[in-house]
Parts: sequence; C-alpha cells; structure tokens
Amino acid sequence: MNIDNIVNALLGGSLIGLSAVFLMLTLGRISGISGIASGLLSLSLTKADRWRGAFLIGLLAGPLVYMAIGFTPPEVVIDTSTITLIMGGVLVGFGASLGSGCTSGHGVCGIARVSPRSIAATVVFLTTAIITVFLSR
Amino acid sequence: MKELAALIAGLLFSLGLIVSGMTNPENIISFLDIAGDWNPALAFVLMSAVVVTGVGYRLVWTRRKPIYEASFSVPTSRVLDKRLLLGAAIFGIGWGLVGLCPGPALASVLTSNGLQILIFIAAMAGGTVLQRRLTKQGVI
Repeated sequence: MNIDNIVNALLGGSLIGLSAVFLMLTLGRISGISGIASGLLSLSLTKADRWRGAFLIGLLAGPLVYMAIGFTPPEVVIDTSTITLIMGGVLVGFGASLGSGCTSGHGVCGIARVSPRSIAATVVFLTTAIITVFLSR
Repeated sequence: MKELAALIAGLLFSLGLIVSGMTNPENIISFLDIAGDWNPALAFVLMSAVVVTGVGYRLVWTRRKPIYEASFSVPTSRVLDKRLLLGAAIFGIGWGLVGLCPGPALASVLTSNGLQILIFIAAMAGGTVLQRRLTKQGVI
C-alpha cells in the first residue's frame, strides 16, 4: 500500500460520505444500498419508489461518468468459481435483508449515526467475513 | 427533483467506490485477510466516509426537514435482536466468500467482463426474496 492508495482511499471514502450527506439533505434517507435496491424487488412499486430507481441508475452509471471525465476505471477481477459466486450472492442478499443493512447502511451511515444496532452489525459481519477468508485461504 | 437528487447521490456513491478501489473484490479480500499480506485501504475508506457522513448528518439535522420530503426517514430502533445479529453474520460470510457487497457489485455491472457480476446480483436478489418468504412464513 503506497501513499497514492491511501489518498485514493480517503478521497473515495469522502465522496461516499458526501453522497450519504446529500441524500439525507435532499430526501432525508439513509444511503443503504441493500435497502434502496431491494425496495425495488416488489410487485407493488409506486411513484414514491422512483427515487430508488434513480439512485440505482446513478450507481450503475458511475464508471461511465468516470471514463467521460478522462479516467480509466480500475480493473474488476472476480476469480471466484460460479458456485461460490452464487452461494456468496445468496448469503449477502439473505443476510443484508434479515439484518436490515449492508456495508453502506450499517458500516458507513449507521456508524456515523452512532447507532448501537449498526455498530454491532458491523462488528459481527467484519468478524464472520475475516473468519471466512481465513478458512478459505 | 427528488429523482435528480437520488441520481446525483447514486453517482457520487459510485464514483467514491471506484476512486477508492472498492469495486475490486481483491481489495476487499486482502483487507479481510489479516493473516496474509494485509491491505488496509478499506479501513481508510470506511474511516473517511464515516467522518464526512457523521459531521454532514449533524449539520443536515439542524434543519427541520429535508429539502424535498416532509420529514427525515431515519431508523429509530436500538434493539440488538437475533435477526440483526444473525443477518449480519450471514452477510459477512457471503462478503468474505466473494469480496463483493451490494454497492460495489452494482457499480461494476457496466465495467466488469463476463457474466459473473450479473450472476452475483441475481443470487443476491434471490437471497433477499428467500429471506422475505421465510420471514413471512414465520421461520426466521
């Protein structure tokens, strides 16, 4: 890890924070990606859910804007077998839904709010993730 | 205007993930791999995001209401229940298996090669639907 990586990490993290503050200022909402996106997994969407779609479009379009302003998005390397990918995806979706949040909702917004639930959730998911990586090495 | 605000927020979030390198699962796994060649980048990302969000939220909450809505929608529960802790534990296992969580997965749809990211997102949606069904049936 060199100084460039640290600067990028701090800059990127600040942008994520800025996004969360902006969404709170405008719509009064927490920037929890699992919550925002899974709200669209419903058969009874109303006009009140349109902001979710708009947020998602922004999230998807990020790399295009990044390229448009002259940068190259970093490579995304996924060297996981398909079966692990499916297992991981199901567990992430199931767990975020059951636990009411993921890295963004609990890890960023929740800790920033000093929510005891989010602090506990973050400690728990970091712990099980570290154990999982340790066991799968 | 609500949609435009949400679009801008989504875009900023995505750019933050890209700039910080968090869309690459390798950077997540190498952070979680504390017994290996540890890469602390994720800690710097989380720390700066939490500080900016924490200070910003407090400034925003001096307002009576958000700009485009009648009130703030912030969770109020403080109870550490089984669902929260079990859900977080399950989420962490999936996150550690692949190195992807919902934000980075969605932000990489248009740049990653191949179908893998779409498979992961479909599985995530499946896991969410499964959880809702089991909860509706009173299983969990």
